Amino acid sequence: MKVNQPMTDVPFIEIEDLYFSRGEHDIFRGVNMTIPQGKVTAIMGPSGTGKTTLLKLIGGQLTPDRGRVLIDGQEVHSLSRKALFALRKRMGMLFQSGALFSDLDVFENVAFPLRVHTDLPDAMIRDLVLLKLQAVGLRGARKLTPAELSGGMARRVALARAVALDPELILYDEPFVGQDPISMGVLVQLIKRLNQALQLTSVVVSHDIKETLSIADYLYLIADGQVVAHGTPQTLDTNQDPRVSQFVHGEPDGPVPFHYPAESFYRDILGHA
Amino acid sequence: MQSKFKQGATQITRLGRKGCDAMEALGRAGVFLGQSAVGIPSREGWRLWLRQMHFVGVLSLAIVLVSGLFIGMVLALQGYTILVDFGAEQALGQMVALSLLRELAPVVAALLFAGRAGSALTAEIGLMKATEQLTSMEMIGVDPLRRVVAPRLWAGFVALPILTVGFSVVGIWGGYLVGVEWLGVFEGSYWSNMQASVSFINDVGNGMIKSLVFAVVVTWIAVFQGYDLVPTSEGISRATTRTVVYSSLAVLGLDFVLTAVMFGGL
Ligand SMILES: Nc1ncnc2c1ncn2[C@@H]1O[C@H](COP(=O)(O)OP(=O)(O)O)[C@@H](O)[C@H]1O
Ligand SMILES: [Mg+2]
Repeated sequence: MKVNQPMTDVPFIEIEDLYFSRGEHDIFRGVNMTIPQGKVTAIMGPSGTGKTTLLKLIGGQLTPDRGRVLIDGQEVHSLSRKALFALRKRMGMLFQSGALFSDLDVFENVAFPLRVHTDLPDAMIRDLVLLKLQAVGLRGARKLTPAELSGGMARRVALARAVALDPELILYDEPFVGQDPISMGVLVQLIKRLNQALQLTSVVVSHDIKETLSIADYLYLIADGQVVAHGTPQTLDTNQDPRVSQFVHGEPDGPVPFHYPAESFYRDILGHA
Repeated sequence: MQSKFKQGATQITRLGRKGCDAMEALGRAGVFLGQSAVGIPSREGWRLWLRQMHFVGVLSLAIVLVSGLFIGMVLALQGYTILVDFGAEQALGQMVALSLLRELAPVVAALLFAGRAGSALTAEIGLMKATEQLTSMEMIGVDPLRRVVAPRLWAGFVALPILTVGFSVVGIWGGYLVGVEWLGVFEGSYWSNMQASVSFINDVGNGMIKSLVFAVVVTWIAVFQGYDLVPTSEGISRATTRTVVYSSLAVLGLDFVLTAVMFGGL
């Protein structure tokens, strides 16, 4: 069984009173989170709640309107550009779309971080890249270009690239979306193994309940710009809050609306809208 | 009455906001240029620059040379019909060379460059932005301003002046083909009149200065439009159009200003 005691752990990321809006639209209104070192922390919530935005705030790509984000004690948004890039070398991020470099093939995509941040000889880079590609099951695809990969394959290559430099922190944005059942299982194993073997701190953003619950040591549930619940998978499973149980048990109707606000479906269909 | 006043006020507000937006974009573009173009390139940087020189330069080479040839030919044809009335067709070489070096080569090459290489730069960088390649590069700890933008900027800065030289040379040759080979202007006077009247500093030098200014402006607009666009397919197509429109206007407007300063005795 997993040992779940993250709140007593060393925090790696601390998010304090975070506010962020895009135009009129408030995405976060006072989010507080502590992400422990060496654990898998999941951030869950319906799509459009700002999970990707939260990762971008953590990575320093977006600047909050208020509040701070601390990574390993450093306040991300007050760092100089140089210090921020130095901090980013210590993290890997897996983008929802994969975001592979379209002018490089699979091999060179994975080699990219090694080439820019290390002086390793070519032979060693080759070994490291093949090792990472083997781990995601795509060693045979090394000559393909990103345009020749399916969405799921692209995500796995992106994962190999994200871990190429053996980062201390990995941010996963929706790693399970678009994966077939086999690669889904492989991916779940992989995230777990990376976390345990390398003592990585992992943040998994997802709305896939089952897979996420199976790997997370700790969960945050966000909705309406705030953290609505947090705890270990066990405590959330038995949480009585209707918003929580609706999400955790995947019920379509409840206090968290599935639909973007709209006219009644019936009227829309009949063209009255 | 009241509402008319209110309407007028909204119009003014909107105008003011547009002005503010434009100034802000200009500021962003300035910071962008400073952050990406200034700095000492690494060895990798040189390699990337060479690669871009190939893309940006070779991409526009054919179209620039072919246009240069035709424009030189047309110049000779038109010039001849005018000059021959005054019995001055011996001055054809001078006319062709000066028109090309001072005006047509820098301006037309820049316009073609904007349409061919500029729009491609915007679309390429825009696509990289839309597919989050730039963001993921940042997350890997590599600054896309230095890795993606700087080599493209410098490639444009260097490529356009070279293309302009090519344009002039081919244009003068085109003038020779039409004027001497076809219309029968005496070959010796075509070249010697040209040699006697073209000043290296005033004509060739000023033409190159123009071309360098256009290179900076066009490449800057193209790359910034790509970097700053709304990352959707519609945003990319709009930005590509904007690149061509803005850089054409900038080239023509700046050409007038530069000509006034260089040749207008200002
Ligand atoms: N670049 C952007 N410009 C404007 N709004 C955006 C942008 N990106 C995301 N949003 C909006 O921010 C909200 C949160 O988006 P996102 O973080 O992608 O959600 P999630 O990852 O949870 O599905 C959404 O309502 C989305 O429409
Ligand atoms: Mg998302």
